Amino acid sequence: MTATTARAAVGRPYTRVEGPDKVTGRARFAGDVRVPGLAYGWVVPASIARGRVRSRDVAATLAMPGVLAVLSPENAPRLGDTGDATLRVLQDDRVPHYGAPVALVVADTPERAREAAETMRVAYVEEPHDARFRPDHPRRYAPEHVNPGAPTATGKGDVDAALAAAPVVVDARYTTPAQHNNPIEPHSATALWAHGRVILHDTTQAPYASARTLAALFGYPPGTVRVVAEHVGGGFGSKGLPRPEAVLALMASALVGRPVRVTFTRPQMFPLTGYRTPTAQRVRLGADAGGRLLAVEQTATQQTSTLLEFTEQTASYARAMYPADNLRTDHRVVRLDVPTPRWMRAPGTAPGSFGLESAMDELAEACGVDPVALRLRNDTRLEPATGRPFSSRRLAECLREGARRFGWAGRDPRPAVRRDGRWWWGTGVAGAHHGAGVGPTVAHATAYPSGRFDVRVGAVDIGTGARTALTQVAADALGVGPEQVTVHVGDSDTGLAQGAGGSMGTASWSWPVVAACRELVRRLAAGEPVPATGLTCAYDTTAELRDRDDLARYAFGAHFAEVAVDVVTGEVRVPRMTGVFAVGRVVNPLTARSQLMGGMVMGVSCALFEESRMDAAFGDFVNHNLADYPVATSADIGAVDVAFVDDPDGALNPSGVKGLGEIGIVGVAAAVANAVWHATGVRQRHLPVTPARAAL
Amino acid sequence: MPQLSSTVRLVVNGTAYDLEVDNRTTLLDALRERLNLTGAKKGCDHGQCGACTVLLDGRRVDSCLLFAVAVDGRSVTTVEGLAPGDELHPMQAAFLAHDAFQCGYCTPGQICSAIGVLDEAAAGWPSAVSDGTAVLDEDEIRERMSGNLCRCGAYPQIVAAVAEVWRG
Amino acid sequence: MREFAYTRATDVDTAVALVADNPGARYLGGGTNLVDLMKLGVERPELLVDVTGLPLDEVVDDGGTLRVGALVRNSDLAAHPLVRARYPALSQAVLAGASGQLRNVATTGGNLLQRTRCLYFTDPAKPCNKRRPGSGCPAIRGEHHNLAILGASAHCVATHPSDLAVALAALDARVLVHDLAGPREVPLDDFYRPVDDRPDLELTVPDGALVTGVALPPLPMAAGSRYRKVRERASYAFAVASVAAALDVAGGRVRDVRIALGAVASRPWRARVAERTLAGEPATEAAFAAAAEAELDAARPLRDNAYKVPLVRDLVVGVLRDMAGGPP
Repeated sequence: MTATTARAAVGRPYTRVEGPDKVTGRARFAGDVRVPGLAYGWVVPASIARGRVRSRDVAATLAMPGVLAVLSPENAPRLGDTGDATLRVLQDDRVPHYGAPVALVVADTPERAREAAETMRVAYVEEPHDARFRPDHPRRYAPEHVNPGAPTATGKGDVDAALAAAPVVVDARYTTPAQHNNPIEPHSATALWAHGRVILHDTTQAPYASARTLAALFGYPPGTVRVVAEHVGGGFGSKGLPRPEAVLALMASALVGRPVRVTFTRPQMFPLTGYRTPTAQRVRLGADAGGRLLAVEQTATQQTSTLLEFTEQTASYARAMYPADNLRTDHRVVRLDVPTPRWMRAPGTAPGSFGLESAMDELAEACGVDPVALRLRNDTRLEPATGRPFSSRRLAECLREGARRFGWAGRDPRPAVRRDGRWWWGTGVAGAHHGAGVGPTVAHATAYPSGRFDVRVGAVDIGTGARTALTQVAADALGVGPEQVTVHVGDSDTGLAQGAGGSMGTASWSWPVVAACRELVRRLAAGEPVPATGLTCAYDTTAELRDRDDLARYAFGAHFAEVAVDVVTGEVRVPRMTGVFAVGRVVNPLTARSQLMGGMVMGVSCALFEESRMDAAFGDFVNHNLADYPVATSADIGAVDVAFVDDPDGALNPSGVKGLGEIGIVGVAAAVANAVWHATGVRQRHLPVTPARAAL
Repeated sequence: MPQLSSTVRLVVNGTAYDLEVDNRTTLLDALRERLNLTGAKKGCDHGQCGACTVLLDGRRVDSCLLFAVAVDGRSVTTVEGLAPGDELHPMQAAFLAHDAFQCGYCTPGQICSAIGVLDEAAAGWPSAVSDGTAVLDEDEIRERMSGNLCRCGAYPQIVAAVAEVWRG
Repeated sequence: MREFAYTRATDVDTAVALVADNPGARYLGGGTNLVDLMKLGVERPELLVDVTGLPLDEVVDDGGTLRVGALVRNSDLAAHPLVRARYPALSQAVLAGASGQLRNVATTGGNLLQRTRCLYFTDPAKPCNKRRPGSGCPAIRGEHHNLAILGASAHCVATHPSDLAVALAALDARVLVHDLAGPREVPLDDFYRPVDDRPDLELTVPDGALVTGVALPPLPMAAGSRYRKVRERASYAFAVASVAAALDVAGGRVRDVRIALGAVASRPWRARVAERTLAGEPATEAAFAAAAEAELDAARPLRDNAYKVPLVRDLVVGVLRDMAGGPP
C-alpha cells in the first residue's frame, strides 16, 4: 500500500469513471430517480410583467381529476430571507415579472398536473411595466459592486487626456444580446421526507450551498435538508444557485405528505433559471503608431430585475488583459420588470471579451499591425488595473502556439480579398482570460483493509469530468492506481464544498482531497490499524484559504477562427477553429480537451445564433424554446483544434490546477466576428452575427 | 362515455408490456414513468432537441411526439436494449472511447440516433448535403446528426465516434 | 392537454365521417405538428382519429403524373428514386426540413397542413388573430424578424413553415382531398387562403377535409429543379428565406421557368410576376434580378424583416444563375 505507482495518474487521459453508466442509460439524473408514491407539481406562470394576482380559481382546479393540492400564497409556508428574492416564491400576490410562479398544481400524474395548471383561471391587476433595455435608460445607476463582489469601477491615470493625445484612437460601441444557458436537462427537483429529514434530488451545481440555503429559507434546523446530485445534465451557471423548482418541491411535498417532483418545461426555464443580461459596451483604446497601448477604457450597461440586483462584471475583462498607464472600467445597471439575470458560462469575461478583443482588432486595423503581433506587443506581468503580479501568465505562448498550429503566418491582412466561389473567407484572433479561484471545501479519505480507498467530497460532476479527475488526483496522493479508488460526489451530507462553477471546482476540491489522502498515507505508514469500517482522514481548506498571497490568478488562452461567409445570403460558417490554453496542470487531457472544445462550441453558438428575444410589450422572452432559440447543432461545428501550453504555477493549490470550464468560451465571439470582418470588410459590433448582419 | 385511456401493448427491447395509459401519455413518458426505462430523456418535450430519440421498428424517432396509444403493438428499442448485460454496443463503446459525451444527458438519444443514421445511410438515403455519392463522410454525419442537440458541445467527438463505427 | 378519445380509422369514408362537422376532432397522422400544438395548448381536440393505417402510403407513377399518398413519410418521399430523378427540388426541400427523427414520422399530408411558427400563435397566453379572431396581432409591433414580407395583412403577418409546400407550389402540384362530398383535387395554389381579415381561416377546403395525397403533373424540366434554403444555423431550422425553382433555357433564353418562395408569406409563394417577367428573356443575371425585383415590388417589410427583401432577391438570382450554369 505504500509502494509508489510506477506512473502517475494525473496528466494521463482516462475515460470517464461514470462513462459506462452514461452510454448505457444507467446513469440516473434528478428526474430519473424512481420514487414510490411520487406526485407531480406543475408551475402556473404569471402572464403579466408587473402587478398582482387578483384571484385564482383554486376550487375549480382542485375539482379536476387527480389534483391533490394547489399551492399558492394562501397556503405556502412563510419563507425567510437568504438574500435571493427569486427563491421567495408564492409569498404574496405581487408579480415581479412575466413567468414568475403564481401557483403550483400537484397531481398524481404529470398529464393531470399539466392540464390542471394550464387551465387554471388566474386574474390579474396589471400595472404599467418597463421591460425595455436601453443603454441610455434614464434609471440606470452605478451599483455598489459587480458580480461576484468586485468593484464597480476602477481608474488609473487619466484616460480622457491620454486619448486626446494618442496618435491612434479606437472608440466603438458593442452589444451582446440576452442569452440563455439552456442545458439540455431541464431543472427538476424531487423532495421526499423520511425520519425528519428531506432528501432533495435536484439539478444543482452546488449541493452543499443549496442545502444550507434551503434549510435557512424554510427555517428548518441546519442539516434537515440533504441535497443529492449524482449526475447533472449540464448547468453552465443556471444550476449554480438554488432555483424555484427546489423550493416548490419542498413546499409541495410538505403539503401533500408525499414525494413530489417539480420539473420545469423548457419555456418555463427561460424566466425562472437565470440568463445572461444583454450588454451595451463602449471600448476606447488609445495607442501609439506602433500599437502600444496608452489608454484603455471599457464600460458596460446591463439590466437586472426588480427582485435582485445582479450586475455582470463585463467591463472587468479589461482589468486583467492589456496594460496601459491610463485604464478605466465602469458599470451601470438598470432595474426592469424582467426575469432575473444571473450566471451564464464565463460571467463578465464572455461578453467583456467580445468588446475588448473586437476593439483590439479594430486597433490593429487602424495601426496597420497584425492582430497577433499587437497583442504580443501589449503583454505584461502585472495585472493592469491593480498592479498585482500574475501568479503566471502565458498568454504570449498561447498566441504564438496558436498562430503556429492555425497557420497564421503569411496571412494577408486586407479584408474582403479572399473569395472562393460561393464564399468569402476570413480569419480572426482573440485573446482570453478567466479567473482561477479556489473556494473552501472539506474532503474525507478512507482506507479499507481490502486495500481499496473511498474519497468523499461535495463536488458535482456536471459533465466536466471532475469525478474522474479527482480519482486521478486521489490515486496519486495515495500512491495507488486509480482503479483502487472510488470518489463519491454529489451529496451535501459530505460537508462544505465549493460549487461546480466559476472554473473553481477541480481546484477547490482537489486541495482537500490531496491533503486528506496525504494525511491518510502518513497515518498508515505510521502503522495505524485499519478497522473493518475503514480509517478516515478529513481535511478542511477554509482556514488555509484565508491566508493566501494576494496574487492575480488567471487562466489565459488564444482563439483563432476561420470563417466562410456566403456571398449571396450572408450565412456564416466556421469550418476551423484553434484554441490554445494555459490552464495550469492538466489533470486529464481527454476530459480537459472536451471541456475546452465544448466552451468553443458554445462560443460559436453565441456568436452566430443565440438571442433571447424580449418583447417589451409583454416582458416575456418570446422565443422560449429550442427551435426559436437556436443553439449550435453538429452541422454548425467543423474542425476544433485544442492545445495546451505548459503553465506551471506553484501559487495555486497543491495540484497546480487553474480550472478550464469557462475559458473555452471567452474570446470566441470576437475571434469569429473579427474573422467575419476579415472576410467581408464589415465590422460586426453586435451579436449574434446573423445572415442579415453579415450579408453584403 | 368517451374512452380517455387505452390498453396498449409495447414491445420494448424485446419484452412485451401491456399498459393501461391515459391517451395523453407520450411514448417517452410511458417508457420513463411506467416502465422505469429512464435512458431516453426529456429535454424539450417538443421534438426540438432529440434527447428522447429511440428506435421504433428500427427507425429513429422523437418519442416525445408520439402518443403511446398511437404506437400500440409496435417495437421500441431504447439505449437500455442495445446490448445485453454489461456488454456494449459498438456505438456505445465508440462514444466511450472518443469521449463523445460530457454531462451524458443527451447521450442515449445521440447513440440511438447514430444507430439510425448508419441504417439510413446503408439504405442509400440522401441528406441535405448529399451530392449523389454514397459516402458517409464527416459532413454527412454532421448533417444527419443535427437533430440531436448537445449543449456540452461534444459534437466533434460524436462525429468521430459515428465515423469509426461506420468504417467498422 | 385536454383528455381525448382515440380511434384508428380503417377507411377514408369512416375517417371523414368522424371528423368533418366535428370541431372537437382532428386527424392524427405522424403527429409531429399536432402533438406539438396539443402540448402548447393551441390545439385541444377531444377526439383523435388516427389515419396512419389508411392505404395512402404509396408513391405511384400514374401515366406520367406522380401520385404521392398523404401518409408517405417525409424520409421515404425524399429517398424515393422517382422523386429524386424527376423532381429533385422536392427531395431537397424535404431533406432541408426538420431533423432525421422528425422526417421519419412526419407525413406528406401533415407537412402541408402544419401551422405557422409565429411565436404569438404558438403561445395561448398571447393575443393572436389566427387563434382568437379579433384579439390582435402583437407580431406586427413585436417579434417578427422571421415573418412575412408578402401577402400579409394588418391582421396577420405569419409565414408558412413548410419546405415541401414551396417545392410543390413551384411544380404545379394538386392536393387531393376527401370530404363529406367525396374526393376532389385542388391546385396547391388555391389550397391556402390568402390572408385578409380572417387569418383563422387558412384553407379553402372545409374543416375536417382529409388530405389523401398530392399529384405532380409531368414536367421534364423539373429534372433539373432545385431547392435552396437559408436559415440562421446550418441545419434543423426553419427558413428565413427559401426558393424552389425549375428552369428551361434554350439558345441562351428562358423558355420556361418556375419559381416559388418560402418563409415570405402565409402560404408558399408562387412567384408568377417573376416568371412572367423572365419568360423569353436572356438567361442572364440581370434578367434574373429584374424578375426577382418585379416580384418583390409587392413586398411590405416590417420594422425588423426588411433584410428578407434583398436576401430573397439575391437568393433567386443565385439559384437561377447556378441552374443556368453561369460562373459562380
